[in-house]
Amino acid sequence: MIDELRLLPSYLTAHLQLVLFAILIGTALSIPLGILLSRRARFEQPLLFVANTIQTIPALALLALMVPLLAALHLPSIGYLPAFVALVLYSVLPILRNTVTGLNDVDAAIVDAARAVGMRPRDQLLRVELPLALPVIVAGIRTAMAWTVGMATLSTPVGGLSLGNYIFSGLQTRNFNALFVGCIAAAFLALILDALLGLLSRGMQQRRRGLIVGASVGFLVLYVYAGASLAAQLLPKSQRPLVIGAKTFTEQYVLSEILAQRIRDVGGRSVEIRQSLGSTVVFDALKSGQIDAYVDYSGTLWATILNRKGTVPQRPQVVTEIGHYLREKYGIGLIATLGFENAYALAMRREHAQKLGISSISELVPYADRLSIGADYEFLQRAEWKSIVEKYGLRFATQRSMDPSLMYEAVKRGGVDVISAFTTDGRILRYDLVLLADDRGAIPPYDAIILGGPRLLREEPESVQALESLDGHIDDNAMRQMNLMVDQDHQKPVAVARDFLRRLVSSTRHQSKARNLEGAH
Amino acid sequence: MIEVQELTKNYGPRTAVNRLSFQVAKGELLVLVGGSGSGKTTTLKLINRLIEPTSGRVLIEGDDASRFEPYVLRRRIGYVSQNVGLFPHMTIAENIEVTPSLLGWSTARRTERTAELLDLVELPSSITRRYPSELSGGQAQRVGVARALAAKPRFMLLDEPFGALDPLTRDRLQQSFIDIKRQLDLAAVFVTHDITEALMLGDRIAVLREGCLLQIGTPHELLDTPKNEYIERLLDTPRRQASELERLLARGAP
Repeated sequence: MIDELRLLPSYLTAHLQLVLFAILIGTALSIPLGILLSRRARFEQPLLFVANTIQTIPALALLALMVPLLAALHLPSIGYLPAFVALVLYSVLPILRNTVTGLNDVDAAIVDAARAVGMRPRDQLLRVELPLALPVIVAGIRTAMAWTVGMATLSTPVGGLSLGNYIFSGLQTRNFNALFVGCIAAAFLALILDALLGLLSRGMQQRRRGLIVGASVGFLVLYVYAGASLAAQLLPKSQRPLVIGAKTFTEQYVLSEILAQRIRDVGGRSVEIRQSLGSTVVFDALKSGQIDAYVDYSGTLWATILNRKGTVPQRPQVVTEIGHYLREKYGIGLIATLGFENAYALAMRREHAQKLGISSISELVPYADRLSIGADYEFLQRAEWKSIVEKYGLRFATQRSMDPSLMYEAVKRGGVDVISAFTTDGRILRYDLVLLADDRGAIPPYDAIILGGPRLLREEPESVQALESLDGHIDDNAMRQMNLMVDQDHQKPVAVARDFLRRLVSSTRHQSKARNLEGAH
Repeated sequence: MIEVQELTKNYGPRTAVNRLSFQVAKGELLVLVGGSGSGKTTTLKLINRLIEPTSGRVLIEGDDASRFEPYVLRRRIGYVSQNVGLFPHMTIAENIEVTPSLLGWSTARRTERTAELLDLVELPSSITRRYPSELSGGQAQRVGVARALAAKPRFMLLDEPFGALDPLTRDRLQQSFIDIKRQLDLAAVFVTHDITEALMLGDRIAVLREGCLLQIGTPHELLDTPKNEYIERLLDTPRRQASELERLLARGAP
């Protein structure tokens, strides 16, 4: 718990930076727009329709959409900006709708009276209509604030730091302390911000200067803090830290820590980690230079980036071809092959497989129409699955997508019969699952490879060397053990990575000493 | 002086006000009387340009009203309506001072004026810090009159100002209004559907029907020489009430 709380200041600050400025800009856009709409009834329906439509896009999808959109505009497409823009868009509807409603609902007799006493349209708006609509407008801002605090937790997959980092990595590594801290902190933040807005609104309605001043000072402090910390982050640093990316699963958290620590230890460079990035987000981020390195898998790149179909060549050949392709097409370097493979494989409980007499996918086919498969979110859309279906004619009775961290639990308890397992997942050993042999070669090899961005290759030879030194040093078993340490023993990825590197250093020292001794003889 | 010349307002094919002409002299109270849909409220709103006319014009002391910015015109003309229209988020003092503040009067001058007005409409000065929701209907209407008079207008438009009040309050307010009008020498146009109220208050009465002016004259002229059957029927009600009352009073006498 202490470890989790240590992360709280940075996550909470990042969350505040997102929410406060998204609401500020959302309000600054929506209120004038709402005023305009209440005056021009013609535009009201079309514009509210647009705002409504934005709202129907699932929050996560809206965030994900920002990545290619901003990239197309040559703006930073991962991190703060995509999350910020999506939150602003999301905050518009409730404020806009309430501004329009609040203004339209002002009693016509009062508006007539305002004109009759000699108010100009501007006086009317400022002295009568806005003050009377204020409670409704503030209610809209409060709704937007609550939504935004919640939605900001979803900015993790697009690389925006927030309290969501607790939730994503907590769910993934079954760290319920992290999950707990993340949820409670987000809830508290929402309550505090809502209470401040409530006080401000009450103060304005009841004209209690004390309340207005108190709430305003509260907001001012928060805004100054968030603004100053954001500005400090945006200021150009003398040397930008290198950024290591990681996708949304345990192995990636551990590997990103290994890469980062290795560069720090050997290359002497400051390094940051961007965790829980979406699987396609991370490659795009490398391409555009927003991250400098991460670990991907040859089969994934083969299918999704090279778009190769048909018969898959041998493991080494796949890696070589990918290296050439990425270098020529994107200037991305294949720095090292770690030595293990994290393949997709169909897995079942051992006793279930034995009862049916199954040990390969071919043998599974006749039973499949009575069985169910649970797969991670991507798998059933991926080329690998299509290839399996084509080559084996496999058809399950039911197909279910679920969080990869819950998949293993599900097959263990019999909730599903077959899962799309990752071969390095420690839970295969722990739950006594068997991997079904891919006897027709439908699934490509998945060598873990370190990819480096163009800038890293060009300007950071020491860091590249540091990463190269990892080549061939993590085998299947080592990776599985490290995954298990996090998933089952609840060790921190950072600690697991540190242990691994300590062992690596001592063994290489040992080897080189041995070599030196040999040389002396 | 207010002068209305050939004033017409059409809403599509419907004519709400049809070539209306009349004058209201300084110190005079003209009552516009008629049933619902007779165009009396529309006429009132055409005078201070809450509604713009289709044709015809309004002269305020000889100046064409359409030459002013509407808000400038309205600051010179007090307006009181049946639903009062006090601003619910402003105190009584702020409501009364709204036109002076738009005109940029100093705080001291505004405060002084508010005290005068509260005196005039017979409200206690303690009321200034209260909000409209805390007032009775009669008090609110008195505040409405005070607000209309705040910037010392020489013209007043009143749209059934006492219509929603109970009879006792209405009577008291009618009496105070007659006093105020006399003191301030206002030219006022007063809209009502109540012919008795019209006879009691009006220096002259204009009878409207379906947007047209049927007859205009003093209460005596109307009672003595009604121009047509409609006006005669209209006047029957107060006549009958008056004779009823006389009979009742006579019977009660010793």
